[in-house]
Amino acid sequence: MAKTLFQKVWDAHAVRLLPNGQTQLFIGTHLIHEVTSPQAFGMIRDLGLKVRYPHRTFATVDHIVPTNELREPYSDPIAQEMIEALRKNTRDHGIRFFDTNTGAQGIVHMVGPEQGITQPGTTIACGDSHTATHGAFGAIAFGIGTTQVRDVLATQTLALSPLKVRRIEVNGALAPGVYAKDVILHIIRLLGVNGGLGYAYEYAGSTFDNFSLEERMTVCNMSIEGGARCGYVNPDQKTFDYLKGRPHAPKAAEWDAAVARWRSFASDPGCAYDDIVRIDAASIRPTVTWGITPGQAIFIDEAMPVPATLKDGDRATAEEAYRHMKLAPGLPIKGTKVDVAFLGSCTNGRISDLREVARHLKGRKVKAGLKAIVVPGSQITAAQAEKEGLAEVFRDAGFEWRGAGCSMCLAMNPDKLVGDQLCASSSNRNFKGRQGSITGRTVLMSPLMVAAAAITGEVADAREVFGIR
Amino acid sequence: MSLAKITRIPGRALAVPGDDIDTDRIIPARFLRCVTFDGLGEHAFRDERFTPEGVAREHPMNRPDAREASILVSGQNFGCGSSREHAPQSLWRFGFKAIIAGSFAEIFFGNSTGIGVPCVTLGPGDLAALTAWVQANPAGEVAVDLEAMTVSAGGKVMRAAMPDSARSSLTAGKWDSIADLLEGGAETGRVAKTLPYVA
Repeated sequence: MAKTLFQKVWDAHAVRLLPNGQTQLFIGTHLIHEVTSPQAFGMIRDLGLKVRYPHRTFATVDHIVPTNELREPYSDPIAQEMIEALRKNTRDHGIRFFDTNTGAQGIVHMVGPEQGITQPGTTIACGDSHTATHGAFGAIAFGIGTTQVRDVLATQTLALSPLKVRRIEVNGALAPGVYAKDVILHIIRLLGVNGGLGYAYEYAGSTFDNFSLEERMTVCNMSIEGGARCGYVNPDQKTFDYLKGRPHAPKAAEWDAAVARWRSFASDPGCAYDDIVRIDAASIRPTVTWGITPGQAIFIDEAMPVPATLKDGDRATAEEAYRHMKLAPGLPIKGTKVDVAFLGSCTNGRISDLREVARHLKGRKVKAGLKAIVVPGSQITAAQAEKEGLAEVFRDAGFEWRGAGCSMCLAMNPDKLVGDQLCASSSNRNFKGRQGSITGRTVLMSPLMVAAAAITGEVADAREVFGIR
Repeated sequence: MSLAKITRIPGRALAVPGDDIDTDRIIPARFLRCVTFDGLGEHAFRDERFTPEGVAREHPMNRPDAREASILVSGQNFGCGSSREHAPQSLWRFGFKAIIAGSFAEIFFGNSTGIGVPCVTLGPGDLAALTAWVQANPAGEVAVDLEAMTVSAGGKVMRAAMPDSARSSLTAGKWDSIADLLEGGAETGRVAKTLPYVA
């Protein structure tokens, strides 16, 4: 019988049916970081348990690391305590840790792919909701809580219920100046922030076929913003080419067998889906959020919606959003003053993002008085950008060039908005207070739109600012 | 490991209405700078309850008797966003032993039921009625009954919903997954051997 990738991966990893009807699912790869793991290590210590497959857990540090302070101890003693807890826990349990001195530290969702740890047909779990990023490789990747981190450490399994599968097919070529970020913001706008509840999203169609792995990661990354715990793209030759030669990828002798196996996990032609949504790529324009949920988004040349015209359930959230954002319904968002530009995060902190922005940014300057920072997602990305001269382009333009980490996406480190500053951000969440100030305001957009905002000092259409046709 | 059977949660309820209340709001990221969950109860909904200067705002959770409430009532898609278990941990430590909403984000739901905090849903009409009743009767008794799958308040009994896997784990006192997962240890080893990337 024809099956989806989700079903095949699930079947290959199902251990047994649990008494409550859930499935005990084997988790092939476990990724951990400093924020959601220390309590889990504490729990296994209290229960007298050990890490069952230490070589299947990989650690890095990303949320709390300062991006402009390399020397330890960090000025934030709690950040220091958290990184040291992770060092101790990984040492005590024999877990590989991509620490800050390895040259390979970075946002956990960048480290997995860079190292070739993230592979097709596997199950991945991480105490982080953006774990679906790894689905770009045809993996089924779950964001989990700390008690579940404990479960994976102790048993390498999770108790889960199967998900339905919605195929989201995007076909055709994107217009110039429209990016993977616009595609996922558009999908969330169409299907809603809770539209994916109970679903895994299978992203498909010619637009995804043509996307690089990095673009696929951008889309899969934000699945949770649409309510879907998992999102994936079927593996293809591009997937295999990306992985070849990476440190944890299968070596020469095993390579062909691995590729054949990976290929076999792709959804079968004619398999049944619980739902199918089709989107015409040509209909998507550069998209920005105007509110406090990622679904509150419009095309850059549209007016912000009038609450009275919205569905009953959306009206109250829209009114709350306008109060928080200090924006007015019915007006264009274009031209809104921007105070901070943030380029980075597990959504858009990759080398292709930096290349695309630098290509257009060359010779331009950040608007006087505007704070603009670039935070490469990983040390490997940062080093590559330095080597290619991209870092210099950003510095010359007036961006602060920072070290790797999550930074102002969630502001657990010193990078924070102040007061009601408005941030043009390439990150994934525009929740109230998300970027470190209770009254801070976030407008989500593609990396190039962030650059356009940085140059003009307002929410702008990158196609106009950079003459893209 | 012996756990309490969670079958009925009676007590006062408190309504924090609104849809899409995300886990950053429930527990802002700065309170994730910690290596234990201790003390998180104080900070539940911190920025909704206090100004940046620490002045208490008008908020149901700031009422003098708020910590006597054991049931939280909210809107649609409660707990969306970040997977931080700190969110249900902070609510539980504040005093909430059950949550009633229109719907729940999936990771939050699993994190909550996994620490023994039932999350049940009501239809829109019942949820609106319950919210209004709770606001009018802050000291009134509400009960979440996981065996009858009802929520009762003010003499009214409403049909509630919850996936049966989580419900039966709570009522059987098996809501912490670790015992079951450890029991499947031998089968886990057998599956691991079939996976080339693990072996």
